[in-house]
Amino acid sequence: MSLAGLDNLYREVILDHSKNPHHKHTLDHATDKITLKNPSCGDVINLEIELNDGKVTDIGFTGEGCTISQSSASMMTDAVLGKSVKDSLEMAHIFSDMVIGKKHSQTDLAKLGDAAILSSVMKFPARIKCATLCWWALRKSLGEDEND
Amino acid sequence: MDKSFQKIRNDFPILNQRINNEPLVYLDNAATSQKPNQVINELVRYYQNDNANTRRSVHTLGERATEEFEIARKKVQVFLNAKDSREIIFTKGTTDSLNLIASTYGEENIQAGDEIVISYMEHHSNLIPWQQLALRKNAVLKYIGLTKDGQLDMEDARRKITDRTKLVSITHVSNVLGVTNDVKKLAIIAHSHNAVIIADGAQAVANIPVDLQDLNVDFYAFSGHKMMGPMGIGVLYGKYDLLKSMSPNQYGGEMIDSVKKYHSTWADVPFKFEAGTQNVAGVIGLSKAIDYLNDIGMKNISKYENELVKYILPKLLKIEGLTVYGPQDTKNHNAVISFNLNGIHPHDVATALDMDGVAVRAGHHCAQPLMNYLGVTATVRASFYIYNNQFDADQLIKAIYDTKEFFNV
Ligand SMILES: Cc1ncc(COP(=O)(O)O)c(C=O)c1O
Repeated sequence: MSLAGLDNLYREVILDHSKNPHHKHTLDHATDKITLKNPSCGDVINLEIELNDGKVTDIGFTGEGCTISQSSASMMTDAVLGKSVKDSLEMAHIFSDMVIGKKHSQTDLAKLGDAAILSSVMKFPARIKCATLCWWALRKSLGEDEND
Repeated sequence: MDKSFQKIRNDFPILNQRINNEPLVYLDNAATSQKPNQVINELVRYYQNDNANTRRSVHTLGERATEEFEIARKKVQVFLNAKDSREIIFTKGTTDSLNLIASTYGEENIQAGDEIVISYMEHHSNLIPWQQLALRKNAVLKYIGLTKDGQLDMEDARRKITDRTKLVSITHVSNVLGVTNDVKKLAIIAHSHNAVIIADGAQAVANIPVDLQDLNVDFYAFSGHKMMGPMGIGVLYGKYDLLKSMSPNQYGGEMIDSVKKYHSTWADVPFKFEAGTQNVAGVIGLSKAIDYLNDIGMKNISKYENELVKYILPKLLKIEGLTVYGPQDTKNHNAVISFNLNGIHPHDVATALDMDGVAVRAGHHCAQPLMNYLGVTATVRASFYIYNNQFDADQLIKAIYDTKEFFNV
């Protein structure tokens, strides 16, 4: 059975996050809300964030999508909760680089927490966008646009 | 199943490869078909021997290219039993053809308060042009509903099409549900209210016999690439008198009668709608694709595909947690089957099937209003063509079971 190759992508952690996503809810005191869609597949993420003194004091998401997009959002919220805007954006950049195979130090990757495991998505080019959708939402929410 | 179809596969070298170490099973034919050697070689032959710009060059190559181009037009006419070859306009494809009608006929004939009637199963390319036209003109866009089993609701069609309806545009075969719509009956209904009717033939022409005079539609659109022809070539059929009454969609070379400093007059139909250098190789490739289909015979093709559906559909329906969208029986089911597996997102299914070498589409299939109507965001779609066989069907089933096992559902 050649589905063995799938183990690379769908690690236990990823399946866990998609089955029981963390922070999948709306916020009571969101300071920013953003909705991003992947028009080619219909996946949607609504990201809500609460910033206080330049820190992500709360974060949550809702929406619909595949295992990869859901687990990525879950892992992202774990990674950036409590972090400064600057650190969160740095993680977003590391993540974007990682999934297209650009090298980063182990220390950098460690900052991503569980999310680092999604580096495996790079072997599935059609699925990279699924993994990056939530991180784009975060970047936009934190005031960065796609050209930054 | 007809064994003579087995040797067809030899004409498609692309099928003879392994994907992720498994034999390629190409089941994304509703997106685009593969091309036989005959068509590929024809493109090479044309570029190596006859390439020239059409209808403007006096030299021999120019004459040859022009002649082959016009022979192709005639071939399309005969293939679809249109009355007159001037009713065949070459375009980039279905999308281009439908937009052409909206921007010419639609622009000139739709007024505030008029109704445009489409259905819930339209591809975006037979939806957005009408939606935007309706917005520009303050016209009313209406949707014909579907029956429970995913067929066009003809009762609803009778209700929705009224004396205020100016234009009806319906897909001939659905790219999601696999049903063939009774376009002939719809044409009778539309005409009884003095509305024009357009059929989107993108999924029909490759798979079932199409007789335009019998259907009696006013316009018909399709793409070459779904019927073994090259990408970037398609056809708009229109009844001669309608085409004659319409303004050109684009201005430029070879669509004119005469050009003065401050006004111009237009060439006759169809040239008035073919501005600029045409996709000659595309047209010639399409012509060869029609030869290829004719050699097999459209009746045989649709019969063979129906047998494949009879083979695969019951097997799919037997899989626990699998939902098929559209008819659950094979009576009105072309070889396009959309489904979902309970508990697995269609993208994950498609990635998993790809690991088993099976190429399917996952997503909204450019039919978001239909997805909403069905209450899903996306589906998996397996679509078969005449080079597919029982082996392919079996591989799909096996890959689905593998996927279920992997995701533990
Ligand atoms: C029913 C239907 N209509 C229109 C189209 C658009 O065809 P094209 O992209 O070739 O213009 C398609 C192709 O996906 C289709 O399936």
